[in-house]
Amino acid sequence: MIMMRNIVIGLVLFISAFSFTATSFAQDRVSESPAVEARLKKLSIELRCLVCQNSTLADSDAPLAQDLRNEIRKLIETGNSDEEVVAYLVARYGDFVTFRPPVNTSTALLWFGPFLMLIIGLITLVVVLKKRAKLLGAEETLP
Amino acid sequence: MKLKFILPLVLFFVLVAFLGKGLFLDPREVPSPLIGKPAPAFEAPVLGDPSKTFSPADMKGKVWLLNTWASWCVACREEHPLLIEMLAHDIPLYGLGYKDVEKDALDLLDKMGNPYIITANDADGTIGIDYGVYGVPETYIIDKAGIIRYKQIGPITPESLRDKILPLLKALNA
Repeated sequence: MIMMRNIVIGLVLFISAFSFTATSFAQDRVSESPAVEARLKKLSIELRCLVCQNSTLADSDAPLAQDLRNEIRKLIETGNSDEEVVAYLVARYGDFVTFRPPVNTSTALLWFGPFLMLIIGLITLVVVLKKRAKLLGAEETLP
Repeated sequence: MKLKFILPLVLFFVLVAFLGKGLFLDPREVPSPLIGKPAPAFEAPVLGDPSKTFSPADMKGKVWLLNTWASWCVACREEHPLLIEMLAHDIPLYGLGYKDVEKDALDLLDKMGNPYIITANDADGTIGIDYGVYGVPETYIIDKAGIIRYKQIGPITPESLRDKILPLLKALNA
């Protein structure tokens, strides 16, 4: 009996888990145009939900995420380009809303820091190897 | 030769300094791009008196605070007694009722006291979006020219009031 019940509970949980994974658009005012929805979906997986900050606008259930999705729908419907929609959000919430950080003065270190480290590492390697070669050479000439 | 030993030590301390600073940063705090920019314009009905409207344009020439709040917001209740205390400092505090039911908001002000000169009612939260609100309470300090000078994310604390808000208000009013 108990096992049977557990199986049923398990099944219900399994099915309900799948019904929520896709996106959180369930409670949204969905646009009539599939093109608008497609663009919204494409945009909202690139944008951060400010409330639960590691999820995207597409899969957040936070009320603010819903509001922002509705704003984006409105912007798309009124003929704004994808860039304009992103600019609208960046103007209000800062670069943090985009998951791909833009290249500007405050993110320069983030973008170019790794290459800088690589160059420093290479220079150090060359210097150390040259020194070692010199030492070895000196040793060989010893009687 | 000495450099070989000192350099790693210096690098180590630089790293410690960065990591140490990181410990005291709040990763949830998103710096507002609106600081130094004009406060977004809006015209919203006054809470409790919807025949009247409030707009930031009415405040030109004054230094004022805009505090976003809601009756459903727990942190706002935490902050509320301090806002009431701020009345004594003669601070022009205006409210923005964020996504609230008007009756609930008025009930809360009845129960806990009303620290606001006026609360503008942003029932659907669109004004909040223009101000980059992502978690009430948030408080903006707006100067005489209508420029946002400071944003407090989360409840105002006695420390932030003493160390940031009051000195800034004094400087802006000077």
